[in-house]
Amino acid sequence: MNQFQYVRPTKQKAAIDAFGREADTQFIAGGTNLLDLMKRGVMNPTKLVDINRLPLDRIDRDKGTLLIGALALNSTVAEHPQVRQLHPLLGQALSAGASAQLRNMATVGGNMLQRTRCYYFYDTAMPCNKREPGSGCGALEGYNRMHAIFGFSDKCIAVHPSDMSVALVALDATVLVSGPKGDRRIPFGGLHRLPGDTPQRDTNLEPGELITAVSIPDNPFTKNVHYLKVRERASYAFALVSVAAALHIENNVIRDARLAMGGVAHKPWRLTEAEKSLIGKLATEATFRQAADVAMQGARAFKHNAYKLKMAPNSIIQALKQAAAVA
Amino acid sequence: MKDLFFKDGVIGDPMNRVDGRLKVTGGARYSAEYELPGLVHSALVGSTIAKGRITSIDTKAAERAPGVMAVITHVNSIKVPGFAASAHPSEPSTIGQPLRVFYDEKIYFNDQPVAIVVADTLERARYAAGLVKVQYAAEQHQTSFDANTSRAVLPTSAKRNPKSPLADYDRGQTNAFQTAPVKLEAEYVIPSEMHNPMELQAIVAHWEAADKLTVYDKVQAVKGTQKAFAKDWKIPEENVKVIATFVGGAFGNGLHNWPHETAAIIAAKMVGRPVKLMLTREQMFTMVGYRPHAWQRVGIGATPDGKLVGITHEATGQTSSYEEFTESTLQQTRMMYQSPNVTTRYRILPLDVSTPIWMRGPGEATGAFALESALDELSYLLNIDPIELRLRNYTDQDPEKNLPWSTKFLKECYQMGADRIGWNKRPAKPGTLRDGDWLVGYGMGVGTFGANRRPAKARARLLANGTVLLQSATTDIGPGTGTVMVQIAADALGLPPKAIVFELGNSTFPEAPSQGGSATVASVGSAVVAACAELKKKLLELGGPGFSGAKPEDVTINSRVQMRAYNSSLPLEIGLRTNASVKVSYSDVLQRNGGQEVEVVGEGRPGNERQKYSMYSFSVHFAEVKVHTMTGEVRVTKMVSCADAGTIVNHKTAGNQMIGGAVGGIGMALTEAAVIDHRFGRYVTKDFAEYHVPVQADAPAIEVAFVDKPDLLVDPMGTKGIGEIAIIGVAPAIANAVFNATGKRIRELPITPDKLI
Repeated sequence: MNQFQYVRPTKQKAAIDAFGREADTQFIAGGTNLLDLMKRGVMNPTKLVDINRLPLDRIDRDKGTLLIGALALNSTVAEHPQVRQLHPLLGQALSAGASAQLRNMATVGGNMLQRTRCYYFYDTAMPCNKREPGSGCGALEGYNRMHAIFGFSDKCIAVHPSDMSVALVALDATVLVSGPKGDRRIPFGGLHRLPGDTPQRDTNLEPGELITAVSIPDNPFTKNVHYLKVRERASYAFALVSVAAALHIENNVIRDARLAMGGVAHKPWRLTEAEKSLIGKLATEATFRQAADVAMQGARAFKHNAYKLKMAPNSIIQALKQAAAVA
Repeated sequence: MKDLFFKDGVIGDPMNRVDGRLKVTGGARYSAEYELPGLVHSALVGSTIAKGRITSIDTKAAERAPGVMAVITHVNSIKVPGFAASAHPSEPSTIGQPLRVFYDEKIYFNDQPVAIVVADTLERARYAAGLVKVQYAAEQHQTSFDANTSRAVLPTSAKRNPKSPLADYDRGQTNAFQTAPVKLEAEYVIPSEMHNPMELQAIVAHWEAADKLTVYDKVQAVKGTQKAFAKDWKIPEENVKVIATFVGGAFGNGLHNWPHETAAIIAAKMVGRPVKLMLTREQMFTMVGYRPHAWQRVGIGATPDGKLVGITHEATGQTSSYEEFTESTLQQTRMMYQSPNVTTRYRILPLDVSTPIWMRGPGEATGAFALESALDELSYLLNIDPIELRLRNYTDQDPEKNLPWSTKFLKECYQMGADRIGWNKRPAKPGTLRDGDWLVGYGMGVGTFGANRRPAKARARLLANGTVLLQSATTDIGPGTGTVMVQIAADALGLPPKAIVFELGNSTFPEAPSQGGSATVASVGSAVVAACAELKKKLLELGGPGFSGAKPEDVTINSRVQMRAYNSSLPLEIGLRTNASVKVSYSDVLQRNGGQEVEVVGEGRPGNERQKYSMYSFSVHFAEVKVHTMTGEVRVTKMVSCADAGTIVNHKTAGNQMIGGAVGGIGMALTEAAVIDHRFGRYVTKDFAEYHVPVQADAPAIEVAFVDKPDLLVDPMGTKGIGEIAIIGVAPAIANAVFNATGKRIRELPITPDKLI
């Protein structure tokens, strides 16, 4: 690990000011991902701004939205009564992530900013355009079992690893950001980027911008929801494929639907066309199959992840069935 | 005699571990926890190519970094005097030798240690390690097993000795399975599985004088390590002291001395300070052994009524270019079933990788996956229940050696396991039992491992305070060796366990074998029994006139033991079981012994009964699994492991061992795979996020049942080993259950959802 400066401000403005103009500064909260990356030399910040003392861990309901502070712990949010009552999909997704110990350290802001788990990103002796732009994509012709089937580029086929993000994109959340140029709001779907020619940039945050909170508008998805995470071990594994499914059903007719996938793209993958195909239909397996077909349009696999072309639609059907409680 | 003092006996008691409290309170000291005066820290730099040579190493920046005391590479390293001088470590002997760390510029595998940085703190050592810049001239490496199968060879030991168990074996007619009315032929593959005990590999190396070395080292063999380092450094064995009082799991990982150990010893010599080196978790994947990638083909044939006609079993295991690692993959095939014709062929495939090493159930666990899967496949072809098929080919004597079994209670294991798992629920037709979205299946697999025993010694000393102190240079890598030795000694001496102290993990203690091959209780336990007998004999001699003519076994260390109560405040007296009036105080005995506490060394060694009997432990594992119809996820929902392992000395520690083996088997069957990207010859799954060992949520209720019948031909306690049979046969039990659930036969482990969807 390299030497670095360390500051721990107590005010939000001080934190943003402390970030300064140095490109290799990083905010640190739970550190569950950043510290690993620093120990392996994948990220080598020269300055850490510890934001744990900022008052950003509150969870409040106000004017039809639930506001979750960026420093709220994953475990706290997952168990929070209002989250469970209003947005059970988010609680399920959080509980599916990492391990109990990690959830007790990891924050909401940090969770959405965690870096990909691509093997090539993690090993500094192998090429990776995300870690070292221009060095090549190790995964493209390599071991790409965990990799993307949507939205990839020839520069990067990595996937975004967060479960929480999949639920948040489905729930039309908004990310609240504060930075040197002031505050702004980013719709969750616009937070993460597709890799394109600049896979080194995971998100659309500008340097020095700090996530302060995430806001979720009230919605009717309080009952028929399911977060399905497919993995080869029962806990503490990243998703092969995951699905966030939320349905608003009246008289067995789907009035509204939200659907997103994880483990398939460089960002949490919202499936708006599939959602449209569900609305107004009966909540039956046939409907769900059709939605899965729509969702999979444009999917393309690599040498080791072709299984996702079947696992993903199957998982969509399964998640919708469980959300709708269709046997 | 034990009945006199302990109504229920000490042997078999599910006694708590004698060191359990120390372990859970942090009081147990592991190798990296010896804070010697002047101790400094170190970090390794690993190669980033798999084959070739170092053309230059720039250590300047590292040397200038704060706190750095030395940066040692092949350029400036002192030469280890015992390293052979040949160009390649496997020349001229093709059996090879361990990697000679910092010996020359040659690279044999990726992440091979090329430098060690010594600094005053760990952080500074690691930081400086990142500053070492190495240039290589890479050569074309071969790390792909599949691309190199034609290069597989017969191991040298089998070439030299046609009677080697690794040599080609033909019982009856070669490949006779082909003539059978019902037959199948199938290939099975397991990937490399990496050693990852909870405790990382760690060593503290301390040169107490120029020719006197002490190491606190995570090893399974303190004596073997002592010999290896004495040979390396050309110093007398007694000048090397190896301490491994506590070992946080090893599973075979500590049965070899690895490059990092010698790197630390070199560093300690060069900086003149004790040096600590602990590997990172990522380094555990690259340089300290693993269960080797193996390809197998089984041909098996039977008559329509299920009598085996022949089995042909071929296996090829991966090894490194510089050492021939071999294991007994095909042993179970030769002796388990009554087949008149058995053909086995074992080969090894040298690749540009680090050397594999035994991993729990070494070889046999690999072989049993193929053999027990093939039998399961055959059972469906024959439409005979898998247990019934095995019973129709049950062997009442060892068909390989043509010797009677010392003991074999395998039929009892089948019965106990079938009852407990609910075998009657198993559908005869696969894919027909459902529980909602899940398909349910049942499977079983058999395991066996030699009931090994090796010569061992133990010292016994009766302390003036009444404690019997036993010492032996064995280790306890987790099974509870220290605890069961206390029980064995308590039983042999008629004393309560709390009157016994057993010490291990120190090379200055009497000679004992490595803790490996499921042989520790039989070997060291026998030495403890012998030492206790010697102690009684010596006490008899020193007892004085009243004891003349008495038998040693009647000697009691008795006055503190009054029926089941032990009172340490009473004076210590030596007496006779046969005559309560004969007594002598231990202080008188001490006087007669020249003021010295009475001390003896006992030795146990196997006798010629091993030429007359075939000795094996047996296990049968049963699994109930559920496979999700939509996602392909597999969950093991229940397991039952039954074992014929002779006398069970401690039902709690033995049960723990069986459960641990079952969980290891779940990993082998469902999750673990070390994958190499062959373009770079580098592992890609090399941390716990990407290399999946089972977690708690993957382990279902695991029920353990022991036959618990003594085998007194193996050793005086009647024990047979448990460590290996706990995992051998687990992976096929799960694979067979997956087939029973889904009708899909997965012959390449691990059985991940992508293979089932």
